[in-house]
Amino acid sequence: MPNVREIRNRIKSVKNIGQVTRALEAVSASRSRKAQQQALASRAYAQQAWEVLVNVASQGGATALLHPLLQVRSNGQKITILLISGDRGLAGAYNTNIVRAATTFASEQCSPGCQIRWIVIGRKGRDMLWRLKADIVSEFSHLPPEPSIVTCGPIAQTIIDEFLTGRADQVFIAYTDFINTLTQKPVVINLLPLKPFQVESPLARRYIKAEPTATTQGREYLYEPSASEILDEMLPRFTQLQIYQAILESLASEHSARMIAMRNASENAEALAADLQLSFNKARQLAITSEILDIVGGVEALRGQAEQVVSQMRQEEMAVSL
Amino acid sequence: MPIHVEVVTQERRVLVVPDADMVILPGREGVLGVLPRHTPLLTMLDAGELRIKRGGTEEILVVYGGIVEIRPEKVIVLADIAEHSSEINLELAEAARRRAEEMMRKGPPPDEIAAIRQELRRAELSIRVHRRTQSRAGSVRIRDEQ
Repeated sequence: MPNVREIRNRIKSVKNIGQVTRALEAVSASRSRKAQQQALASRAYAQQAWEVLVNVASQGGATALLHPLLQVRSNGQKITILLISGDRGLAGAYNTNIVRAATTFASEQCSPGCQIRWIVIGRKGRDMLWRLKADIVSEFSHLPPEPSIVTCGPIAQTIIDEFLTGRADQVFIAYTDFINTLTQKPVVINLLPLKPFQVESPLARRYIKAEPTATTQGREYLYEPSASEILDEMLPRFTQLQIYQAILESLASEHSARMIAMRNASENAEALAADLQLSFNKARQLAITSEILDIVGGVEALRGQAEQVVSQMRQEEMAVSL
Repeated sequence: MPIHVEVVTQERRVLVVPDADMVILPGREGVLGVLPRHTPLLTMLDAGELRIKRGGTEEILVVYGGIVEIRPEKVIVLADIAEHSSEINLELAEAARRRAEEMMRKGPPPDEIAAIRQELRRAELSIRVHRRTQSRAGSVRIRDEQ
């Protein structure tokens, strides 16, 4: 049985932790609200843009030659994955889930002899990949708390370069889709080339997000002014937009995950403090009881001694009188 | 067969009209009138007014640049900036115009001229569209009385 003072110290530290987690919960709650708004606001645009992209990409043979970003390379042996995770922990399983999804996807998608290169956003994902001895080619951690589309410029540029220079035949983004405050889903989407994409492995398919289906029924587009002019402007911009949206979704997910994790931690701290309080009371009561027992025992012992003395004296008296 | 029109910007979904009869767009190569069953077309937007006709009514938006995808039954407008005519704040637009004109008079730093010109154009466009939608609302009422 731990003593009273030990328990009191533990209660104090548990309550302190509870205060910290409650503060973190409040911070994450307000951040998550903001991030959600941002993510939901641009979702309509991103989805429509993706639909347009898929339509353009599903055009017949000629379009594929119009822009290098639409070009599918037959060998497909070099894969680059952009992994979006958090800079900080204390967000439940958020970071672990996305890294697991990305690495599972990578190992499933990678036929023997292929290479995987990683571009990471977020310190946590970087550290985990580091430990797995993955090949990390660049890192964009420490994004501003409210990133804008401009923030994604250099990231998009790096990825487009990666693809155009042939260091990658295929580029994917692994990020966490925000569904609601309680649910976030790690997903992988195909970024480059901008082509409808087949996934064979069922395990990998679990993570890949369904793409919108092409709706032009194979009819060729007219382009005004010219196809190359439009595609030149549109494709890099939409690539950047997909990255931006992925970052926003991930941020909203991260803050929500942290909020829930911290709420659970606060609740646990409260429960633990209550438990400890009970053992504290018990221990204190036990201490008091044992003290009383000591006293009573002492008294009883003394009384027993006294009686012995008295009876002895009586016997002596009787002996004398006889 | 009506056209489903969606106007979105990066910040929000501005307008969805599921049953438009005609869309008039400020394309970079000139104004474009789109009727149902238009051939698939991808084009870039200029600054200008976007008009969506439906029944006897017309929605007017001010858009500044972007990309439009036209399909036989659907028009998707991915605008850089878009504003519904009812959302135009005349005072703000006029203040912006005054500010831009002021700066042009003073002789702005050369690297900002383009931005200021654009600002001026935007403000003027908003004011023009606002005036016109106001006066049009009046004329519709007169026709009703006849």
